[in-house]
Amino acid sequence: MSKLHIETLVNGEPAEFLCAPDETLLSALRSGLGLTGTKEGCGTGDCGACSVIVNDRLVASCLVLAAEAQGASVTTVEGIAQGETLHPLQQAFLDEAALQCGICTPGFIVASKALLDTHPDPSEEQVRYWLAGNLCRCTGYDKIVRAVLSAAAKMRSAQA
Amino acid sequence: MSERTFTAVGTRPVRHDGVDKVTGRANYGADLSLPGMLHGVVVRSPHAHARIRSIDTTAAAAVPGVKGIVTGKDFALTNAKLGLGEGAMDLKDMSDNLLAREKALYHGHAVAAVVATSVAAAQEAAQLVHVDYDVLEPVLSVDRAMEADAPILHESMVTQAHPPVEHTGSTNVAGRMELKRGDIEAGFKDADLIVERVFRTPTSHQGYIEPHACVVRVNEDGRINIWTTTQGPFLVRDATAAILGLDAANIKVTPSEIGGGFGGKIPVYLEPLAVLLARMTQRPVKMVMTRDEVFRASGPTSATKVRLKMGAKKDGTIVAASASLYYEAGAYRGSPSGAGAMCMLAPYTVPNFFIEAYDVVVNKPKVAAYRAPGSPMAALATESVIDEIAQTLGLDQIEIRLKNAVKEGDLAPYGPPYGPIGFVQVLEAVRTSDHWKSPVAPGIGRGLACGFWFNAGMSSSATVTLGSDGSAAVVTGNPDIGGTRVAQALMVSEELGIPVERIRPIVADTDTAGFTEITAGSRTCYATGMAVIDASRDVREQLRGRAAKIWSVPLEETRWEHGSVVPVNPSAERTTLTVSGLASKLAKTGGPIIGHAAVNPPMAGPAFAAHICDLEVDRETGRSRVVRYTAIQDAGKAVHPSYVEGQMQGGASQGVGWALNEEYIYNAKGVMENAGFLDYRMPVASDLPMIDTIIVEVPHPAHPYGVRGVGEVPIVPPLGAVANAMSHATGIRFTELPLSPPRVLERITQGT
Repeated sequence: MSKLHIETLVNGEPAEFLCAPDETLLSALRSGLGLTGTKEGCGTGDCGACSVIVNDRLVASCLVLAAEAQGASVTTVEGIAQGETLHPLQQAFLDEAALQCGICTPGFIVASKALLDTHPDPSEEQVRYWLAGNLCRCTGYDKIVRAVLSAAAKMRSAQA
Repeated sequence: MSERTFTAVGTRPVRHDGVDKVTGRANYGADLSLPGMLHGVVVRSPHAHARIRSIDTTAAAAVPGVKGIVTGKDFALTNAKLGLGEGAMDLKDMSDNLLAREKALYHGHAVAAVVATSVAAAQEAAQLVHVDYDVLEPVLSVDRAMEADAPILHESMVTQAHPPVEHTGSTNVAGRMELKRGDIEAGFKDADLIVERVFRTPTSHQGYIEPHACVVRVNEDGRINIWTTTQGPFLVRDATAAILGLDAANIKVTPSEIGGGFGGKIPVYLEPLAVLLARMTQRPVKMVMTRDEVFRASGPTSATKVRLKMGAKKDGTIVAASASLYYEAGAYRGSPSGAGAMCMLAPYTVPNFFIEAYDVVVNKPKVAAYRAPGSPMAALATESVIDEIAQTLGLDQIEIRLKNAVKEGDLAPYGPPYGPIGFVQVLEAVRTSDHWKSPVAPGIGRGLACGFWFNAGMSSSATVTLGSDGSAAVVTGNPDIGGTRVAQALMVSEELGIPVERIRPIVADTDTAGFTEITAGSRTCYATGMAVIDASRDVREQLRGRAAKIWSVPLEETRWEHGSVVPVNPSAERTTLTVSGLASKLAKTGGPIIGHAAVNPPMAGPAFAAHICDLEVDRETGRSRVVRYTAIQDAGKAVHPSYVEGQMQGGASQGVGWALNEEYIYNAKGVMENAGFLDYRMPVASDLPMIDTIIVEVPHPAHPYGVRGVGEVPIVPPLGAVANAMSHATGIRFTELPLSPPRVLERITQGT
């Protein structure tokens, strides 16, 4: 089966890759483009470690076909910081010690960004339910939820 | 020591590996690729118990892209044992677990491995490996395993028993041990109340989010490079060498970042297979488990049955206990039943007890260590029975525990007297906590439970190098699973006065770091930390030497003070020299300074914890929800309090999952039916409240700062805390986990 040629936008820059018709976006990002920041924890859409944003929509990239990225805009964890300046969410995760082993962190950062892009002032409950698709086995979520709420507050005060 | 003030230890700086981890740059097990790399896939048994008659790889080998296939025959047989820190592992069992030779002993047991130019080709070929099986009845519980007519997993198995027992033929009982004190008959006679219950916990998994993964490359000179996600790079080196009959000196293991382990990334599963395939093909080989494979063929921890009978006086004084622990080992011997036996009464002074612990093989994956291995299931029994005794006698849950709490000088149930321990202080912290003092809302049950874990010492090494710019690097061999790099940097900072952000903590490969045992046993901050402190002090002593040289005075006329060397007899020429000042003169005063240390401390300071759980139960559906949770723990000294809290919160959350939902669901054929994160239901963010923490600090005298281990004990109390909360919320005593909605609803409907 011949491979498909896909042209897409990844983290704001044009990117192209070849993929098998049944290849996942996760595989294309990791193996095709070398963007290994997006992690595979389950391959069945249950853990959220592979979270990316496709055209403003948060998705599990293990459940998206790579070919669906044709003409789309994809944001991965590698595209969250602005150059050397960390996104407020990334800084908050560091300040709040919201990671232990760190394997789930890229997924949480991307999922949290998708939340704050549309809900700049979420309640704790909103954060918890929005992030219910992302598994963390190390932290018990306490410090992650605090980091997201703290980043949201900082971003709002920066806007004001 | 309690008077000691710290400058760096106890602060909360950002971890050094943090930026890489929030930006996606950090490299985990599956992130490495090498030019020309092949992909290995494991062929697994579709039967839980079957004799392997033959394996035919002809069709698989013909698949385009396939470069090699290995089966159990490719492993050299060995009867050697490998000392792995806390215990010896039987290499025959280990290699048999990697690739079954004569029998497949669980569904998912590896029987062959295929390597090909792509994962897809390897998977296609794996399906064409034809194994002829003689399917046998699976043994799926300790009850069945110990019946007289039970199928036998290992015909040659002999019960390893202390005290010894007579070997009377085939058995599935791999081990039995006893612990006793006093006269239990007299003890029970003396009791005003006796409570006896039988508790059961299911097979459950560590649940780390990163699957096992490794890459192996064999160099032209025969040197073998292994990149892998592991809790113990030296263990991977030594186990791989021993299983394959290779010289460990020819193997270099480089640990990647590790995406969780909790004990489950101590064993080797893939590395020896990848080495075989890489040698066979002379190409780099990558192997990555799927989540399905992680559930079916790695971890888990023992399903258990624990019977506990306890007798108490009217005032709550515990006078006697007898217990039988039956722990599933999985397919090969080695459950943590012995640890369970030693831990179960460890928080309490029980004058008369008898505990027997059985290690029983069943047709499930060989259990791996899981955070305080064996202790949580035993503590469920102890804490539930004490809860019931207090309830029946009308005593306060804290008072009954305080009345029986162990203190310094009391004998641990496993023998030695305790040194300074913090259990009483932990209970006092419970009593004065906001949570305990707050009223229990209607419809809520509040549960309290305590727990104990030994913590480990063992061998560790560290090197500290001072740069001429006054910065420092600290090199150790423990993969950083939850913030140990920053903890080690804090220790160097404490000793040398160098700002923590100017210290580079490095996790090195096995050729670079001095020998260091696994990241496990809550030992990294404690034992490796001691090596880091000693290596820093070595640097300090060398700096004094340099100052002595500069001042032309004997060493005794220099002294260390707050990150500087000061003259004992100051003068105009002899004024304080800072570390950075001395560092800038290294080349002129004798060259670079490198401090190093190797330690092998005995067992670390025992850790005690207590957790409070408020549980809301929906009586119509049986669904429950943790609405408030507080974890209290004696950390000895919290080096980086945020990451100590993180260990407490993470352990609590894992334990809550174990108590409420997590379990391997097996069908009659021994096939796990929920091998995915959708159906193996671990806690998600919306399941939990904030988890409050209270760190108690009773210094451990064997450590320069008083550190005890912190990582494991927080998973010991939650099973009991949740079960007790459920019992108080419903008025029904629950003894079987998980407390999933169907089980709870059934009991509520029955009304007992």
